[in-house]
Amino acid sequence: MATLAARLRSFTAGDLFYSFRRSRTTVLATTVLALMMLGALLAPLVAPHDPFDIASLSLLDSELPPAWMEGSNPAYWLGTDTQARDVFSSILYGLRISLFVGAASVLLAAVLGVFLGLVGGYFGGLLDAVIMRVADVLLSFPAILVALLINGVLRGILPAGQQESAALIVLVLSIGLTNWVQYARTVRGSTLVERQREYVQAARTIGVGSLRIMRAHILPNVLGPVLVIATINLGMAVLTEATLSFLGVGMPATMPSLGTLIRVGNEYLFSGIWWVVIFPSATLAILVLAVNLLGDWLRDALNPKLR
Amino acid sequence: MPLFILRRVLQAVMVMLTVAFIAFLMFRFLGDPVNSIVSQDATQVEREQVRERLGLDDPLLVQYGRFVVDAARGDFGMSYRNARPVSALLAERFPATAELVLVAALMSLAIGIPFGIYTALRPRGVLSQALQIVSLIGISLPTFVTGILLILCFSVWLGWLPSFGRGEVVDIGWWSTGFLTASGLKALILPSFMLCIFQLTLIMRLVRAEMLEVMRTDYIKFARARGLKARAINFRHALKNTLIPVVTIFGLQLGGLIAFAIITETVFQWPGMGALFIQAVNFTDVPVMAAYLVLVSLIFVVINTSVDLLYNVIDPRLRTERKPATNAGI
Amino acid sequence: MKRLLLAATAATLVGLSAAAPASAAEIRYASAGDIYGLDPHSMTDSFSINFLQHIYEPLVRYSKDLKIEPALAERWEAVQPDVVRYHLRQGVKFHDGAAFTADDVVVSLKRATHEKSPIKGNLPALKDVVKIDDFTVDLHLTGPTPLLNNFLTNMSIFDAGWLEANNAVEPVNAQQGEEGFTTRNANGTGPFKLESRRPDAQTVLLANEDWWDTPQHNLTKIIHTPIGSDATRVAALLSGEIDIIVPSPLQDAGRIANSAGVKVLEAPGLRTIMMGFNIKDELNDGDVEGNPFQNPAVRKAVYQAINMDLIRDRIMRGKSRNAGALVAPEVPGFDAAVNERFAHDLEAAKAALAEAGYPNGFQFNMNCPNDAYVNDEEICQAMAAMLAQAGLKPKLVTEARTLHFQKALAGQADLFMLGWATLPMLDGYSVLSAMLHSPDDKLGTWNPGGYVNAKLDELTEQVDVELDEEKRRALMVEAFAIARDEVAWLPLHQQPLSWATRDNVHVEQTADDLLRLWYAKVD
Repeated sequence: MATLAARLRSFTAGDLFYSFRRSRTTVLATTVLALMMLGALLAPLVAPHDPFDIASLSLLDSELPPAWMEGSNPAYWLGTDTQARDVFSSILYGLRISLFVGAASVLLAAVLGVFLGLVGGYFGGLLDAVIMRVADVLLSFPAILVALLINGVLRGILPAGQQESAALIVLVLSIGLTNWVQYARTVRGSTLVERQREYVQAARTIGVGSLRIMRAHILPNVLGPVLVIATINLGMAVLTEATLSFLGVGMPATMPSLGTLIRVGNEYLFSGIWWVVIFPSATLAILVLAVNLLGDWLRDALNPKLR
Repeated sequence: MPLFILRRVLQAVMVMLTVAFIAFLMFRFLGDPVNSIVSQDATQVEREQVRERLGLDDPLLVQYGRFVVDAARGDFGMSYRNARPVSALLAERFPATAELVLVAALMSLAIGIPFGIYTALRPRGVLSQALQIVSLIGISLPTFVTGILLILCFSVWLGWLPSFGRGEVVDIGWWSTGFLTASGLKALILPSFMLCIFQLTLIMRLVRAEMLEVMRTDYIKFARARGLKARAINFRHALKNTLIPVVTIFGLQLGGLIAFAIITETVFQWPGMGALFIQAVNFTDVPVMAAYLVLVSLIFVVINTSVDLLYNVIDPRLRTERKPATNAGI
Repeated sequence: MKRLLLAATAATLVGLSAAAPASAAEIRYASAGDIYGLDPHSMTDSFSINFLQHIYEPLVRYSKDLKIEPALAERWEAVQPDVVRYHLRQGVKFHDGAAFTADDVVVSLKRATHEKSPIKGNLPALKDVVKIDDFTVDLHLTGPTPLLNNFLTNMSIFDAGWLEANNAVEPVNAQQGEEGFTTRNANGTGPFKLESRRPDAQTVLLANEDWWDTPQHNLTKIIHTPIGSDATRVAALLSGEIDIIVPSPLQDAGRIANSAGVKVLEAPGLRTIMMGFNIKDELNDGDVEGNPFQNPAVRKAVYQAINMDLIRDRIMRGKSRNAGALVAPEVPGFDAAVNERFAHDLEAAKAALAEAGYPNGFQFNMNCPNDAYVNDEEICQAMAAMLAQAGLKPKLVTEARTLHFQKALAGQADLFMLGWATLPMLDGYSVLSAMLHSPDDKLGTWNPGGYVNAKLDELTEQVDVELDEEKRRALMVEAFAIARDEVAWLPLHQQPLSWATRDNVHVEQTADDLLRLWYAKVD
């Protein structure tokens, strides 16, 4: 306990926290992001309605405007969509799905990338060559096309009945498997450098296992850049999900992510029920903006050259 | 040296074969084209006949083998939907996409570099801050939303620019160009702007970051100490060093532009390859989808291999390893 | 006052110039998709075939109120029950100047029904075409064919000499790897001729000055552009770049109607939207033994759980026409009594389910397209909610039409959406033969649920050959009444036609949702 408090103190007294506090935009972005994550996490508790419980929907309440407009119902303060789903609740649940897809795909990409980078950099040889060639190929393709490809293959493999329920996993896999290259390259580069260090060489001579060396000595040194890439990729992953949804391979309309909400709402842009598209779009934009601002700051803060 | 070239080319071929296989495999599962071809009233026997005619009953590997051999001869078969050779369709659509991507690429350079320099030279300026925030907001919205908003603003409200299509085009041989007519040029503005927003921001931020870093280096400090004028320092020394990574990234990003053109072309009804691809997806037009993926991969592989070979010529030390593409982090 | 008037005039002028009207009698038309090519014998898509009928003409055609009227044939009579004689119009010229004769009809009909032809199913009864003289042909049939003329409306006539000269007498065969001449060139007798075409970008037609018929249009030029995105299509109309859009999204009608210079055209359409049941022994995705849908009482409970009035008022914005029969009022075989819907009654539905042994409902999958019919995805979501309120557990999947129809046809859907406009037949037999007859190698192609009723099979086969129109209709009404009582299918509504034009454009909105520009006038 004491060590935790001490650690916390040393963190709050440290350079990183100082630089964080000094940047007001970053503090704001982090606060917004934290609130969104909290809202998404607690959606079932916070949201006034459950948009996935279709039996509770009544078309009689469809297309109600936001609470401050005429003809609204105060129970739905951001209005309802064409299926009478509460827009505010849909956004919270959609945020939950978008953030889950984003976070899970980033995690997948990071774990895969760090592992392959470590292994390739540490062992070198044929293994390294194969990993790096695959990485080359992937890197030279636009993420969206690769995601479409992986998505198509996965949908092909899954039996007909399972596809919709597996949409979430398919999305995570297609975005995650597209994005691991950056991590692998960064980690491999650092690993190559660390491996030559005297302490690592020493550890090897006294017979410390490869796994242990990688975990104890190399991994900690590469976590900074990985964190930066992960943050920036989170925003990208959320946007990619929205784009895939526009191209017809995202979440189904019965279980909408933010991207699906925007895709569906987009069709009503001219029809006067602007709230079904403006609010989800704004939420997505704010989310991605906050993540990007945080990523920017993190990159500058961890870049020794810019200190 | 020849060995190196051979290895790179072999590698490129392997990549192409893999892509072709994945593309082929994927689309084999995507939906049954027979339903798109026969009428709603067709009998089961008629359906089977169509299936047989299209060779859809052969084993998967046989179908793939046929595809590769034909593709190598530039023959991608017939489009199920248009009943025309896929290669002719793609050739017809290629100019539209190429011009869109070219204009978008130039636009991203023409706007991104000056903005990047400006924000680097005046990091605390109000305009700099505003530019950075606006560009960030620009890439925080899904591009299809940005596209519709552009149409709403510039076509419906202001009535300045067309909302769809390429305008009037002029044929020069098989190449149809929109560069030679006023309506063609006007039609290019909105779609290419929508397409370049992402690259623009990327380049602007890259230029800014590199510039800031270069400005801190000793040699610029020396130049300053020598009493060189600010302008000379900024442009002759700093900018020159900044532009090298920009050029690298730019080459690699061309691929991204081609891919994202799919969305731009869908929103603006731009008659290019991307729109063809998405239509083919909706129609389960397997030959068109497979050919598109193979063609786009080919473009990427050619760009990448050329960059590699070029690096090799410039700097033999990089014989096996290309400097990893700097990811400017967006 | 004068100043006010002046200002008003100025405003009108500004409005006009902003709208940039098409030069006189030119029309710029945008649809959701492009035609599949220029050869009407190479496709079955009714949109493409209709567009090509601006260029090519059939022997008989549908008038604006969808009645059969003479076109290239002036009159016809049955020589024997299975031989019909057509007397052709004289003095008709193809666009390239060649004269229209009986040879053209013989070659064209043989081409359309060639065994390689994709549309041979649209004229199944034709055995042979025989030239009697230059302006008379006999059609030999497999038997009495009451719907012969309906089928013929879709059979475009080519110039035999032109086909031969360009090596295009055989229908286009995609598998041979050769590009059909007729896919990129056109030469018909119709009111418009092809000027230029860029697939998926623009097709331009010019008025045919030498058309045999008296033009009811005043157009000189048609510029057709496909615009896939709904929002872009509406934007193009509002910004004055396009004169007519078909379709116009239902939900944007209010916005369009309120904009200056444009108007919305709406009418009930022919296409009946319905839900089909899986009636095989097992559900695809069920949680109970057997298949509850085999019990007509359960099917009726599903029917009564759905509140179509609410769907019409909300999702269809009051524009759809609720249906109890499987065909629209315009289609032969329709009967007002059969069209009476079972009343929406949630309690009755719950009670019926309980009585059938499913007091807690049951699970099944429900499949819908999201790009085939007007607001299809929204309708299905609303229905799923209503079924859930009756205690059922539908697992709704909405996807692109290719995937949807593939699954539905393969029998992988327990409850699935289908729309049927009876085109090109415009007759109830279309529904009987494809959807109600038990599936065999020729009939029941759209009966993947496996509904079998011997009485319906018998009635269908009688309708096929009954030449007496009165009797034929009575048989169809009898069949549709059985289908209704049995809830063989669950009819929902006829979806509305929704088009939008600039104020200076006047078109005929026919119930089949096809735009016939030879009736269009531009001020």
